Amino acid sequence: MQTASEIATAAREPERPPESAPARVNVPDRVWSGSLLLLGFAVLAVAAIIVAELVHIGGPAISHTGVLAFVRNSVWDVTRDVFGALPFIYGTLVTSAVALVLALPISVGLALFLTEMAPPSVRSIVSFPISLLAGIPSVVYGLWGLFVLVPLLRRPIEPLLAKTLGFLPLFQGPPIGLGYLAAGIVLAIMILPTITSIAIEVLQTVPGTLREAALALGATRWEAIRVSVLPYARAGIVGATMLGLGRALGETMAVTMVIGNSPSIRASLFAPGYSLPAVIANEFAEASGDLHTAALAALGLLLFAVTVALNVAARLLVRISRRGPTRVAA
Amino acid sequence: MRPKVEVRSLNAWFKANHALRNVSLTVPANTVLAIIGPSGCGKTTFVRCLNRMHELVPGACQSGNVLVDGQDLHARRVDPVNLRRRVGMVFQRANPFPTMTIFDNVVAGLKLNGVRGDYPALVEKSLRQAALWDEVKDRLRQSAVSLSGGQQQRLCIARALAVDPEVLLMDEPASALDPIATARIEELIRGLRESLTIVIVTHNMQQAARVSDSTAFFYMGELIEHGPTEQIFTNPRESRTEDYVTGKFG
Repeated sequence: MQTASEIATAAREPERPPESAPARVNVPDRVWSGSLLLLGFAVLAVAAIIVAELVHIGGPAISHTGVLAFVRNSVWDVTRDVFGALPFIYGTLVTSAVALVLALPISVGLALFLTEMAPPSVRSIVSFPISLLAGIPSVVYGLWGLFVLVPLLRRPIEPLLAKTLGFLPLFQGPPIGLGYLAAGIVLAIMILPTITSIAIEVLQTVPGTLREAALALGATRWEAIRVSVLPYARAGIVGATMLGLGRALGETMAVTMVIGNSPSIRASLFAPGYSLPAVIANEFAEASGDLHTAALAALGLLLFAVTVALNVAARLLVRISRRGPTRVAA
Repeated sequence: MRPKVEVRSLNAWFKANHALRNVSLTVPANTVLAIIGPSGCGKTTFVRCLNRMHELVPGACQSGNVLVDGQDLHARRVDPVNLRRRVGMVFQRANPFPTMTIFDNVVAGLKLNGVRGDYPALVEKSLRQAALWDEVKDRLRQSAVSLSGGQQQRLCIARALAVDPEVLLMDEPASALDPIATARIEELIRGLRESLTIVIVTHNMQQAARVSDSTAFFYMGELIEHGPTEQIFTNPRESRTEDYVTGKFG
């Protein structure tokens, strides 16, 4: 560590190699790097402006309710100017968690199959519909969820789950169809292509020599994947998951159509709920009064904060998992 | 001497490319066979056939027999996984598992094969055999990639030795190493001959002369000549062998 005085000295007397010609200034290089710097800062500036605007618009609602109360209260009653965001936070997190739990194993399994097992012809045939999935507009997913998935959930899926796993609070209550589970499943399908395609790219960066090292020790194919491929790709797969999670957290249309839009907090996945983006989209057009508008902007700020917090957590997770070498599971 | 490894009319292809043509030779137990020849002559393919790593490449196939202790390893009923537990391999570029510690790299093969035992003792034994123990004994819990290139290659040798193979295949194990690291590996090979049979591919003729008992010269996928190392380097029967070992081409 430099002390303050050292830094000050260094700043006063910039070190210059003696006897050397003055450094030539390369003008095109300067212009180039300057404009790139500008572009880089522009991205930060846009993010900062968005946050500033959300704070500006949402401020009155937050000061009306109080920051902690806004985040912690579970009552959302627009007519009485009572704004509690907890049901929306809860709905957003629960649906995203359901989506991840469903999509992650399928995506990683699919990516492993396509990179490690499948012959090249199968790989190209299967990769195409996966990327196609990513291109379907979310309103179409919503329609499918509403007209196909929700009736299926109502009967027979949710009654079946209640019968078999009903001892868990997650799978209790009336099988309505619309609710956290429906939204989670739709989100899972939506984030599947994101996670899968990035996981495929990550897995393709695993050096073939590592696979061979395991195989030459007498590993079976699966053991080679477990011992050499997956540990190497772990950080990248976490990154892929985070991109998928980001999409799930912010998804609006498809979730709105199947989550039930009820600002309540229930343990059961069968129950209808609400999510942050969904409530903003639904209520913004007919927001009654400035305070209601402000509350919705504050929800937007909250969504922003949740996304940032999860991304930071993910980065920490990656860093921690990279730090120490792991042991082979026996 | 009884042959440890016997190769009978081995052919190998990469799709339409006939990479090995009708190769037959034997390796007596506890000897070192060096494989020499110009780039692309099938040296690497040959050793990769011996532990059936060749067949993992898409589009690759092979015919012929490879016998270890008289047992045909290329018979359909032999599981290549079991074969590779008996015939170990060290690759051209050191490939330790980067997410594992030095210790875990050495025991990786043991764990894979379900061998229970005194792991610390086995690790010490294998690392001593690979002449790496003194350099790493105080840092076994550090990452394998914290080692230098030559140390990583010796770690890979220790990893291969830990599962106690009968035959060790080495594909240009020293080609990416500096002279000092190379010398250590060569010394190691001469010592390992006591306990196992080694087939080593090398680009370096002096290396072949220093470490091997017999030498096989490959050219364009064919085995041109195979004989005692001294004879191959001083009095080859084939003019192509002589041209190659004297540096006229290659």
